[in-house]
Amino acid sequence: MNNPIVRVESVVKTFGKETRALDGISLEFEPGIVYGLLGPNGAGKTTLIRVLTTLLKADSGYAEVAGIDVRADPVAARTHIGLAGQFAAVDDYLTGRENVEMVGRLYNLSAVDAKQRAGELLERIHLDDAADRTVRTYSGGMRRRLDLAASLVGRPEVLFLDEPTTGIDPQSRLDLWGLIRDLVAGGTTVLLTTQYLDEADQLAKRVAVIDRGRLIAEGTGNELKDKMGGSVVELHIADEDRMKALEAMGAISDEVTFEESRKILRLPAPEGSQTLVEVVRGLDEAGITAQDVALRKPSLDDVFLTLTGRGAAAAEAESGPAAKPGRRGRRDRKAG
Amino acid sequence: MTTATETVRHTRISARQTIKDIRVITRRNLLRNIRLPQLLIFATVQPVMFLLLFNYVFGGAIGVAIPPIAQGEYINWLLPGLLIQVAAFGAGQTALGLTEDLSKGVIDRFRSLPMARSAVLAGRTLSDLIRNGFVIGLMVAMGFLMGFRYQSDFVRFGAGLVVAMVFSFALSWIMATIGLAVKSPEAAQSAVFLPVFPLVFASSVFVPTETMPAWLQGFAINQPITVTVNALRGLMLGREALADFRPGMTASQIADAVSNAPTVQGQVFLSLFWSAAIMIVFVPLAIRVYRKTVT
Repeated sequence: MNNPIVRVESVVKTFGKETRALDGISLEFEPGIVYGLLGPNGAGKTTLIRVLTTLLKADSGYAEVAGIDVRADPVAARTHIGLAGQFAAVDDYLTGRENVEMVGRLYNLSAVDAKQRAGELLERIHLDDAADRTVRTYSGGMRRRLDLAASLVGRPEVLFLDEPTTGIDPQSRLDLWGLIRDLVAGGTTVLLTTQYLDEADQLAKRVAVIDRGRLIAEGTGNELKDKMGGSVVELHIADEDRMKALEAMGAISDEVTFEESRKILRLPAPEGSQTLVEVVRGLDEAGITAQDVALRKPSLDDVFLTLTGRGAAAAEAESGPAAKPGRRGRRDRKAG
Repeated sequence: MTTATETVRHTRISARQTIKDIRVITRRNLLRNIRLPQLLIFATVQPVMFLLLFNYVFGGAIGVAIPPIAQGEYINWLLPGLLIQVAAFGAGQTALGLTEDLSKGVIDRFRSLPMARSAVLAGRTLSDLIRNGFVIGLMVAMGFLMGFRYQSDFVRFGAGLVVAMVFSFALSWIMATIGLAVKSPEAAQSAVFLPVFPLVFASSVFVPTETMPAWLQGFAINQPITVTVNALRGLMLGREALADFRPGMTASQIADAVSNAPTVQGQVFLSLFWSAAIMIVFVPLAIRVYRKTVT
């Protein structure tokens, strides 16, 4: 790559003796794209963001943002980046406008410029109506948007978003996706972490899958999905119909499998819903009534199962809470 | 692994920008007290309650054991002591405020900005100083209503308040270090009382130290809270307030005790010395812990 905007080389970060949050990870990407970091809790996503945003010093390795060595000159690096962390870091008792203005002042804008910039950004995130209310009255989605606005005050070249849509409602999630797309269209580079494959797929031009502080796969969303074998149709069939069903499905695919423990018949659906229609028609022709039919898209669990041989939940349980020391107030989340 | 440290220029933040950053953070912290007035109300109610309780519950019993310069009014003896107690408890707010910002990710945001890192701590301790100044002012007003009268002059009385504020500011830096070390607001809540309680009670805040057992006196007489309380009493009531007084002393015995008492200037100097020593140790320590704090 000619001029990567973010470059990470063999970065190691350990907490205590046991936890290797980053285990020699390397990656780089070009400006002007959304780069997705996908992985379960404790995979090292947040630690990598914290190293790149100068909040943490790596034990060894090299990290560069916008051509600046973040370890050697963190102050300069900070003028090129914006960070929206896992929690909306906004002040409840200030108004939305005061929050953004304060960040502007800390970016060394004059009071007048900070005011003007806050006005622009609040309009951009569609919070201008609520701008003069205290943040206490905001919904979770509004807080996230405000947090995003605060991270944009310094017109960052690279924006770091750590799980920007975790814990917010679907509509707010779509709104945020739209904002992120607009930003990238305007030339900003975005590094985002997520636990949701569809989010990475929707937004990111390239996705890195990380596990135990290492990069285990990288590519476009489609490339990753190809690796996982795409969508599958799952059928729940009464015991007495099972043989008939296996026969009928065999006509559609060579790769029909039966999972004994959950009594589920599974076949790949390369054509997505088209395959689903074929399956339903096939069952109908064979005179079988399925108890349940579902088209399932590959989830983070599938990515992990395919790439590591163990599910995302298992990966999370292994890395445990120690991977993020001192973090509090974490909401319960499901991986994938 | 690439090492480019030798060739890379370190970008520094100017003093002017640092001062502006401190102002911005101080203002932000103070706004919280204005927007959530209940915080300030509770912070004020507690010390006023102490003032009322101690004065009217213990005043009668203790009043006979305090030096005659207090005119037999326990409030005259109690208020300078309670001002320091309020300063010490109020400093605990520094730990609470910092841990709250840590747990909400606000500190992460600040640390990712091209601002002066020292401004987060300096802004916090400064805003707490202003806040404690407000609470101390209210205590003084309440004290006057309850009959407190300084026995020296207005300048010395004012100097006493300044000594109290300097001490409160120094304590804030200890509390900042504690807060950053324990990280969670819940832990900070109890951790800050650990140093404050023994220091406040094993001191001359409520009762003269000579009523304590000998082994405790050595500590109680020299520790910073007693020294600072003595400085305040000396400034507000006169050197007589520092005398080793026992009920039933004759006039010449009292005169003797006063001439043996520590001087007011000495106690003021000692208090300022303590404040300076605390800051020399804890300002760099707090900044160091802040730099290393992982959230």
